Amino acid sequence: MEPLTIDPATLVAPLTLDCDELSVREVNAVLQRLPEWSEATVTQPRGRHNLAVGLAHPMAITIDGNAGYFVGGLGGARDGSGPDIVVNGFVGWAVGENLMGGTIRVKGSASQSAGATARGGRVFVEGHASLRAGISLKGGTVAIAGNAGAMTGFMAQAGTILIGGNAGHALGDSLYEAVIYVQGTIASLGADAVVEEMTDDDVLAVKGLVEESGFDHIEPDRVTKVASARQLYHFSTHHHGTY
Amino acid sequence: MCGVVGLLLRDPDLEPQLGALLVPMIEALDERGPDSSGIAVYADTPAHPELAGGQAPLVRLSLGADVEVDWMAVGCELLELCGTGADLQRFGAGLVVDMPEETLPDAHALLAADWNQVRVLGTGRHVRVLKDTGRPTDTCARYGIRHWEGYQAVAHTRMATESAVTVLHSHPFVPARDLCVVHNGSFSNYASVRRRLEDDGVAFDSDNDSEVAARFLASRLEFGDDLEEATRWVMKEMDGFFTLVITSAEGMSVVRDAFACKPAVVAETASYVAVASEYRALAELPGIADAVVFEPHPEEVYTWSR
Repeated sequence: MEPLTIDPATLVAPLTLDCDELSVREVNAVLQRLPEWSEATVTQPRGRHNLAVGLAHPMAITIDGNAGYFVGGLGGARDGSGPDIVVNGFVGWAVGENLMGGTIRVKGSASQSAGATARGGRVFVEGHASLRAGISLKGGTVAIAGNAGAMTGFMAQAGTILIGGNAGHALGDSLYEAVIYVQGTIASLGADAVVEEMTDDDVLAVKGLVEESGFDHIEPDRVTKVASARQLYHFSTHHHGTY
Repeated sequence: MCGVVGLLLRDPDLEPQLGALLVPMIEALDERGPDSSGIAVYADTPAHPELAGGQAPLVRLSLGADVEVDWMAVGCELLELCGTGADLQRFGAGLVVDMPEETLPDAHALLAADWNQVRVLGTGRHVRVLKDTGRPTDTCARYGIRHWEGYQAVAHTRMATESAVTVLHSHPFVPARDLCVVHNGSFSNYASVRRRLEDDGVAFDSDNDSEVAARFLASRLEFGDDLEEATRWVMKEMDGFFTLVITSAEGMSVVRDAFACKPAVVAETASYVAVASEYRALAELPGIADAVVFEPHPEEVYTWSR
């Protein structure tokens, strides 16, 4: 870990870390040293990348402004616990990338690849999400209040994606076992993605997500479910003669 | 990686601050492109006092080099060639010469004969171009970019992947007068497009993939397309990943590939339109909190006029 240029003992709650005064490394080094259940606010983020990444413990972090790439990435633990991070602004690429646990709530919109490869935890985007949200999702949850861009859920392996608005082109392209729920329209489905009937369990799952996310404009019994047709899992037997 | 920046001022009162607004944008994208950088600034060419009286406007020639050059000697020879009608400005390791139109062929001939290490970075009536290797932040300081004035700027920070790191391989490419192209990404079909252009007599300065897109764009404009149409042609013909920022004397356009593989963020206010690879580069602009900030959609051409 980087040596600190400030003495953590001089910091008093509620802790405020000003990006105009501290480098991203310094901000993160302080956050990573905080005891469980601490509260901290990061001010003047000005689009800086990698803020609040790799925080293993439950704690409450507010990022007060627009942030850059990888906000809160790698956070949380395998049991799904982790920090609660709120961003009062928009975020760049890959918010919550490879998240393990905890919750990241973006008050604005998110750029590309929100929640990419997340194994656990929840990424809630109150605005819109750009392309490829939930790409290669591995068990986490990505909920978007507004619209989602093209290729949302691309190659997602496990986990849940909830879209409160409309979905862009190639939704769920090459989907594995992740499930996508869409309240609005779907511009087009990706390869091997199909619309499936909503079961009672699906409605229950969406209801739970609406409660957690607070995206109560979403009506659990009116969403469309998109899942894998499982036609791309294996080479077709038609190709046997080729080998 | 690579970083792209475009800034078009709508408020003439900001024009004296163009360079000061531009430098933090470039510095924010320094780490995206530490190999080299290039900056083009558009200003209304001031009439040279010696040329008052309705004579033709001057042509602006921007020069640079990869090696040490005796720029004073180059300047003196060019001045001698142009007589009293020329104006010289020295910036860092480069030179900008305003000269009468009719002197331009002789200037090119002189440079080719006596100064073959000097590179012509661009010509135009409004644009002044610099390109240099090394960290963009250092280049901004060395060339005094902070003090440059104008109504529009485009800049690039380069992390080279497809071709060598030299001045001529650096962006922006200036394939026609006052036309600049910067590119973040890579093209896969540039060799075949280049062969077609070469068959049509188009000459290239480098083996850079982005230069092919720039020359193709210029060829479309020569066919009579407007900037938006020509940009659409580039989008359709060039295969690969790209965020392109294109500037002419009249304005700026932005286009991204179908997969939006390379980032871009636009900030628009009543005073300016700014585009950059990352929001970080826009965060210091005045009034950014109230700006309309958005990401250009893939395969959509955005054009803003002065």
